[in-house]
Amino acid sequence: MNFSAELAVAYPELILGLGALVLLVLGAFAPRNTGLVGALSILVLAAAAVAAALQPLGSAFAGGLVFDSAAAFAKVAIYIASAVCVPLGQRWFERRGVRNFEFPILILIAALGMGMMASSGDLISLYVGVELHSLALYVLAAMHRDDARASEAGLKYFVLGALSSGLLLYGASLIYGFAGSTVFTDIAAAVRHGAGTGVLFGLIFLICGLAFKVSAAPFHMWTPDVYEGAPTPVVAFFSAAPKLAAMVLFGRALGQGFAGAAGQWQEVLIALGLISVGVGAFAGLAQKNLKRLLAYSSIANVGYAILGMASGTTEGMQSMLVFMVLYMIDVTGFFACLAALSRQGRPMETIDDMAGLIKAQPGLGLAMTAFSLSALGLPPFSGFWAKVYVFKAALHAGLAWPAVLGLVGSVVAAFYYLRLVKVIWFDAAEGATDRPAPEARGIAVALALFSFPVVMVALRWIDPLAATAARAFGLA
Amino acid sequence: MTGILSLTTFAPIVGVVGILILRFFGQPEDARTVGAAKWIALIATLATFALSVLMLAGFDPNQAGFQFLEDTPWFGVFRYRMGVDGISVLFVILTTFLLPLCIIASWKSITSRVLEYMIAFLLLETLMIGVFTALDLILFYIFFEFGLIPMFLIIGIWGGQRRVYAAFKFFLYTLLGSVLMLAAILTMVAVSGTSSIPVLMTYHFDPGLQIWLWLAFAASFAVKLPMWPVHTWLPDAHVEAPTAGSVVLAGILLKLGGYGFLRFSLPMFPHASQFFTPLVFALSVIAVIYTSLVAWRQVDMKKLIAYSSVAHMGLVTIGIFSGNVQGEQGAIYQMLSHGVISGALFLCVGVVYDRMHTREIAFYGGVANRMPWYAAVFMLFTMANVGLPGTSGFVGEMLSMVGGYQASTWTAILAATGVILSAVYMLTLYRRVVFGELVNPKLAAIADLEVREVVVFAPLMIATLVMGVMPAFVFNFTQVSAEHLAQVYRAAIGG
Repeated sequence: MNFSAELAVAYPELILGLGALVLLVLGAFAPRNTGLVGALSILVLAAAAVAAALQPLGSAFAGGLVFDSAAAFAKVAIYIASAVCVPLGQRWFERRGVRNFEFPILILIAALGMGMMASSGDLISLYVGVELHSLALYVLAAMHRDDARASEAGLKYFVLGALSSGLLLYGASLIYGFAGSTVFTDIAAAVRHGAGTGVLFGLIFLICGLAFKVSAAPFHMWTPDVYEGAPTPVVAFFSAAPKLAAMVLFGRALGQGFAGAAGQWQEVLIALGLISVGVGAFAGLAQKNLKRLLAYSSIANVGYAILGMASGTTEGMQSMLVFMVLYMIDVTGFFACLAALSRQGRPMETIDDMAGLIKAQPGLGLAMTAFSLSALGLPPFSGFWAKVYVFKAALHAGLAWPAVLGLVGSVVAAFYYLRLVKVIWFDAAEGATDRPAPEARGIAVALALFSFPVVMVALRWIDPLAATAARAFGLA
Repeated sequence: MTGILSLTTFAPIVGVVGILILRFFGQPEDARTVGAAKWIALIATLATFALSVLMLAGFDPNQAGFQFLEDTPWFGVFRYRMGVDGISVLFVILTTFLLPLCIIASWKSITSRVLEYMIAFLLLETLMIGVFTALDLILFYIFFEFGLIPMFLIIGIWGGQRRVYAAFKFFLYTLLGSVLMLAAILTMVAVSGTSSIPVLMTYHFDPGLQIWLWLAFAASFAVKLPMWPVHTWLPDAHVEAPTAGSVVLAGILLKLGGYGFLRFSLPMFPHASQFFTPLVFALSVIAVIYTSLVAWRQVDMKKLIAYSSVAHMGLVTIGIFSGNVQGEQGAIYQMLSHGVISGALFLCVGVVYDRMHTREIAFYGGVANRMPWYAAVFMLFTMANVGLPGTSGFVGEMLSMVGGYQASTWTAILAATGVILSAVYMLTLYRRVVFGELVNPKLAAIADLEVREVVVFAPLMIATLVMGVMPAFVFNFTQVSAEHLAQVYRAAIGG
């Protein structure tokens, strides 16, 4: 394959990278024109999504960059999810007097890194992708410079993120040392008959590093603090797309690199998944701040996705992909609700703030109810379908007890989602809310409509697409 | 008449849309909007009833399988499958029959957030009909589980003092049972590769696996029915729910559990059903005797009737797991009849509660002096709940016990004490509320039934009496399906 053909595999990356640079220059010369930069960055993301959807499959740079059906699936989802956060965040910052044109550009750079994560075929591009998107996220978390909590969140995120990068890198070097290659397909050949002690050590470190990124317990400590401190639309962004990117990376590394050691990593994943579900469910019970609550909810949800992946089958990978896509939509919508709501200029962030929301803001109240019930896993909301996929795969793979424990965990978590529904519907409102931010409200309502009823039709397309994508992971 | 099932199931949604449009263009608290919403809800439920009667008219009772089949691919292995057989068709009728009465019964007693109330009931109706008409496991689960939400809101918003506690207890109890059922459903889909209920009814699951699947399904149905000892959510939910909520809860939602046992446990897991029959019988006998005694000692009218429901459902499980035609017929009949009678009894409580705002038995006494018509109506349903011959309660109890007697003599003998006990607590309740001197001065001005209430009670009285003297009308529909069910079950367990 010649160089230009190899570049063609990287079209989405090229579009995003060049787009980010051009917009940076544009922003530097017209710093007041944040609206234009925002609109153009949405266009760039859309172009990248179109390229990812249409371009032929292939791999480039000696297997470093793989563009297969899984990468295509993930990239389209990631770019769309990123694009949704651009208007959500930009207007939010503007209302708070922060007119930074860098916001959409940082999202572009993060999207570039996430796309690389989704198509990384070796340990080097894995690390580069992870670092690129993480650095953008650290800055985004601390972007609200005058807010002490946001700065704290950014710093915390950075320090703990650096620790996880260290783990990742250490694991990668061990794997390289013992397996003799950084490319997943070569590693797969080396661990055909199970991983030896050295590679296994490396693999465990790699899994720990990735678990950090997806905030799976017991590597979740940063999540509640960062979610609470960071600006709401930024949380909406990094609770959705980066999780999908990291999970796809997770799946690709395990499936394409360590299929031979499936029996070994399965147990680790089951433990990770169940601990996450348990921590998310029980720790969430004590939360009063909604952003912290959602942090624990995301820990539990990642636990379910990991349980699906722990099946070690193509069906399991499909379930993980469907789960993450449906989860992304829910969580973005949830944070969009929070971004839209305020009372006398003060953001509504605690559960009690939502008292009587259904009367004060019927649209957002209904949307939030839908997202809560969806996160609870109640049919027919999208979260239910996500769980159906995961548990069907797990049960099919014979993981009966993990599945039952996971489901029982969802009943524990049901209590706090239900408490939110109770506050929204049963309690009396305390004082009027401000007029909700129109763009956040629109996004929240649209995503709620997806959660129910659109999902019931959309799954007819998501199901086969995710099935095709999952086959790329190369499992049975 | 393909499509009639979907039409019946989703007809109430048309009413929901109507009320939403009303909400959009009118003031939600405006008297005219509220009145219009009530009428929309009533017309929607009546239209649904008409559609279901039309369906019943087209139903061929001599056919054992499912009728009015609908089958459209959905995604994955799941399909949109609908159909009814002789067992489910009558539960659909029961649902559509009770809902208009619920709407009329709430006409005056609900004063706040009426639009949302009507939407919740219409949504609930669709979901309850859907449970009985769905022929795909996942579709069934959606209808089964989604119903929790409107009921949670009905108890939590329009309920009594401890409504939030009761709503949470109801929801979490049911959810815990249901997620285990979901695990079983997904296992079945994974093992058999299909989610079609008719196909799975003839699928032979490994007997070892059946045990687990049965337990998981039973976890859900036992909570819903409810069976002793997982019945404790029911008294709370009943006491706190508004009257119409109690009617739906006792009249229909409890029947989902019994229907589930009939539709899933018996035909799909016959070996496990046989294995667990002694356990079910034991729990049922405890339910009949123990909860009857508990009912006797209640001071709250609604709680008494709630416990009496648990006792009556004990007879239903005995009938179902007897595994013979009489038992199945009796269980179905008992469920239908209890749906009418318990609904009517809760409405009877609602009548005095609306006037006096208390359900305490000791508060009342001698209301017959002021409310002769009410006393007569209450008398009929009291007798029906006791199982007096000539009322619908007799037929179901009788047949359930005949079926139970063939399966286990002791079970039937012990369960028969429930009939005596039900007479004790019901007649005690009736005597203390209706008879005697009118002592409490607050009752001096209590008014007798108004026309609206007569309209609610008349159909229920007719149904109770007609089912009491002409059971053949019901058996005509259930006979073939019940025979088929018992036959297949006995063949599967080799008896």
